[in-house]
Amino acid sequence: MDFDAIRDSLPSYLHGAGITLLLTLAALAIGLLCALPLAVLRGWPSRWVAGPVWAFTYVIRGTPLLVQLFLIYYGLAQFDVVKQSVLWPWLSSAWFCAIAAFAINTCAYTIEILHGAMRAVPAGEIEAARAMGMPRGVMLRRVILAAAFRRMLPAYGNEAILMLQATSLASTVTLMDITGAARNMNSTYYLPFEAFLTAAALYLVLTTALVGLFHAAERRWLMPWQARTR
Amino acid sequence: MLHGYGASLLAGAMLTLSVALGSLLIASLLGVAGASAKLSRNRFLRVAAQAYTTVIRGVPDLIMMFLIYYGGQIALNKLADRYGWDGLVIDPFVAGTLTIGFIFGAYMTEIFRGAFLAVPSGQHEAALAYGMSRRQAFRRVVGPQMLRHALAPLSNTWLVMVKSTAIVSLIGLSDLMQRASSAGTTTQQPFLFYCAAGAMYLVFTSVSELLFAWLGRRYAAGVRQVRP
Amino acid sequence: MQRRHLATFALLLAAATTAFAQSPDWKTIRIAVEGAYPPFSEVGPDGKIKGFDIDIANALCADLKAQCTFVQQEFDGMIPGLNARKFDAIIASMSITEERKRSVAFSDKYYATPARLIAKKGTGLVPTPDGMKGKRIGVQRSTTHDRFATETFKDSEIVRYTGQDQVFLDLQSGRLDAVLLDQVAANLGFLQRPAGKDFGVIGPVYTDPKYFGIGAGVAMRKGDTQLQARINQAIKDIRTDGTYQKIAKQYFDFDVYNGR
Repeated sequence: MDFDAIRDSLPSYLHGAGITLLLTLAALAIGLLCALPLAVLRGWPSRWVAGPVWAFTYVIRGTPLLVQLFLIYYGLAQFDVVKQSVLWPWLSSAWFCAIAAFAINTCAYTIEILHGAMRAVPAGEIEAARAMGMPRGVMLRRVILAAAFRRMLPAYGNEAILMLQATSLASTVTLMDITGAARNMNSTYYLPFEAFLTAAALYLVLTTALVGLFHAAERRWLMPWQARTR
Repeated sequence: MLHGYGASLLAGAMLTLSVALGSLLIASLLGVAGASAKLSRNRFLRVAAQAYTTVIRGVPDLIMMFLIYYGGQIALNKLADRYGWDGLVIDPFVAGTLTIGFIFGAYMTEIFRGAFLAVPSGQHEAALAYGMSRRQAFRRVVGPQMLRHALAPLSNTWLVMVKSTAIVSLIGLSDLMQRASSAGTTTQQPFLFYCAAGAMYLVFTSVSELLFAWLGRRYAAGVRQVRP
Repeated sequence: MQRRHLATFALLLAAATTAFAQSPDWKTIRIAVEGAYPPFSEVGPDGKIKGFDIDIANALCADLKAQCTFVQQEFDGMIPGLNARKFDAIIASMSITEERKRSVAFSDKYYATPARLIAKKGTGLVPTPDGMKGKRIGVQRSTTHDRFATETFKDSEIVRYTGQDQVFLDLQSGRLDAVLLDQVAANLGFLQRPAGKDFGVIGPVYTDPKYFGIGAGVAMRKGDTQLQARINQAIKDIRTDGTYQKIAKQYFDFDVYNGR
């Protein structure tokens, strides 16, 4: 193992770790924010409202993230009408394209997770809320969403970790995240083992931190539902 | 319509399917092994299986793939040198299939473990009481019931696996994604080809979902299901 | 799981990874090619790789009376792949540089062309390190152009891509201000095609051997001296019997062997 090469490349790896974190947090934040209203629409009784949302999640969850990323980054830039539009300063940036692709992707999965959690709210609670005369909006906020958020924590934690791993694809559109740093080290020093093991170690550290965060959140908010077998 | 690249894309799609099926096989075997290890009384096996699932969850597919493609080859070379073999080569297909199989083996471990725990222990006890050997009890009684519980998460995992195969294009395997990329950049029409690739993946996932729904109904025969 | 099953599985796995490495008499050679660097190598609609590099490779193998198989590989993974014994030779327009010679061995050159900067016509870019300050220069990762640009245009943002074709896409869409690459790949792979009609070369011809070496050669592992000798002989042969010239004429109307 050539530790000198690793030591020399460490600055680029640490810089890459910052970029990985930024991408993950931005994608998760935007995705979650957008998923909230969309999950409510997803559960709407009217098929005309729920339908488009379902179609959105169906297509996004049915195609690879890599395809979505390349479509946004390389695909859109192909059209003159895009290049001359007011969106071009955004779409020409690899950062924007990557975060957009990741956010759209996590949004679709989060919609489904949230929707499932909302449906799992016991019918009795909803009936009680109606019986008490709660307006729909208030019921949504205080009964359904409150319960749904807690219920979805384990599944969403999973999704967050998957998104952290998924950001490694940003290296394919010129961003210098951890994977980008590893590929650079590999092509400079020709040491693939060292390059990718270092990257793997860094990702493990980040994942462990994220898992710890969600475990803490679960302990705080899911206490009533924890199995009491031990 | 696809500038003559249609046949090439279809060939790539077939390769994608082969990688997915190969990975499914490897992942299933690893999943069974991992689940048995996690449920075993041997502490070392439990720790090893836990380490396996933790590492897989913590490292991106892309990094694993590069590690196995380059690093795995180097390891094989060292083995070959030591024993004087002629040398074995890990080509992109094997590297891709091994990687994805290895990664999803960890997820299968959790699925099979959960499925095993979901079957009431009374079933196993009753089977033994009837005089069946442990192998027979597993094969005839516990196993089939396990499969029913495993089916839903298995279908999810299969779908994720099919989409994950897209990353093998990044080590040069001429799968659907790689051919779409190549055609797109050569013709300077990436949008068209990535849409075409996306559509093909959507077909794969849709057909898979239908298949698993059918399988789910078959395996649930005789089980009372309360409609929500 | 039964030990018997484990053994069978292990055997199957070993069998699946078979593609036994080469016998020392080089009757079969695995050659790494890229497939994304026109006119030297590109993939046609039929999915087959073609180009100058491929034709030269075939001619060399014919002269060596060896069976050659092509392995498609991304450029930045070629030297690691060669040393990991995934293939035996690289024919992908790889320049012979002192830096690379530390990791691999090269044959004699099989062509030599300089490097150029290309940019959109009429932008008035000054191709000096000062003039390119803050500009985005695209290069293919791990190439001689990558190293030269990184060390020469220190105040510019060097953007690295896996494939040259991706660099062209981003130059076209305006994400890059300029691209540093091989002159022939620039002309025949982009500028003379419809996609590149609004672009042209800017600045001087770059030939510094410290970065760009003496030309493109066939890369091989350092221990394979026999293969190296044979390939060198084959290169001499195809140049003397006219095969080289016949192939070159299909692609270039100038002397690509001494293009520098």
